[in-house]
Amino acid sequence: MDTESSSWLTALGGRGAERNRAQARLHEMLLKVCFKEAYRRGPAFRIGGADLEDVAHQAADDAMVALLGKLETFRGESRFSTWAYRFAVLEVSSKLGRHMSRGPAVLLEPEEWDRVPERFGSDPQARAEQHDLVSAVRRAVHEVLTVRQREIFVAIVVNGVPNETMAERIGSTPGAIYKTVFDARRKIRAYLIANGYVEGEPGFARSAASRTGVNGRERVAAVDRTVSGRRSA
Amino acid sequence: MVVSESPQWIERFLAADPHDVGCDEAIAMMHVYAELRAAGVDPEERYPGVVAHLAACESCAEDAQGLLEAILDDGIRIEGPPTAG
Repeated sequence: MDTESSSWLTALGGRGAERNRAQARLHEMLLKVCFKEAYRRGPAFRIGGADLEDVAHQAADDAMVALLGKLETFRGESRFSTWAYRFAVLEVSSKLGRHMSRGPAVLLEPEEWDRVPERFGSDPQARAEQHDLVSAVRRAVHEVLTVRQREIFVAIVVNGVPNETMAERIGSTPGAIYKTVFDARRKIRAYLIANGYVEGEPGFARSAASRTGVNGRERVAAVDRTVSGRRSA
Repeated sequence: MVVSESPQWIERFLAADPHDVGCDEAIAMMHVYAELRAAGVDPEERYPGVVAHLAACESCAEDAQGLLEAILDDGIRIEGPPTAG
């Protein structure tokens, strides 16, 4: 473990004034991360101003409590500061999702399905050609998914509702929501294969798409651009 | 309609990589993943399941992006407490 991480652990695990000073320093650091993250993601959740500052402050406070409760689990796999930042980022994410869950539900009109291929990288000019496949997907969603799977799948994959928001809305966890969507995708794929709309085994072979999907690949590229930009600065 | 080759958009729409470790494990390793990225190391070799998950889960990918940006922001960093003695 690096020296600075060790000094954090020693001071936070200590007593009296030393511990108080370390906690104050840690809270200051968490608050900075929370503000940065809140301002980065706030616009996507349609939140700003004083509400956003409240999110940052609450997230920093809760991240502090969560971190101190798990201090003994820090194993030095990363710098302590990075480990601490993670608590802050996750708290901001959770609170923004909670904020959005209080807003009105986004309803998907039937004709919106025709825009799904564009959202996943298809050429808008090819909309007419995709119509049959989109109709098959809609049938699959209604015929092979349970009511709960359908509600979650449409909200997350079609409407673009964040996992955290959906989890908050229905009293679940982001991980459980993700698993539901994962299972729903496999069921829809199996239906499309069985009915001759797409090729391949129903999702058991590694999907090249998961490596090359627009969303995921763009995000990885964005990460690389961030790193590259910092290096050249 | 029977297609001879699946359109790319449907593959993206239905992407479900069996190597995907899910949200909980990805979050548990996110600090290590982010540090590797920040150091310019491709984490795919060590954590292929995490990489697969981040390619498919927008929420976790956003968290990872936020963590990476925080790591790279020198304005956030606060030095650790002075060591005693």
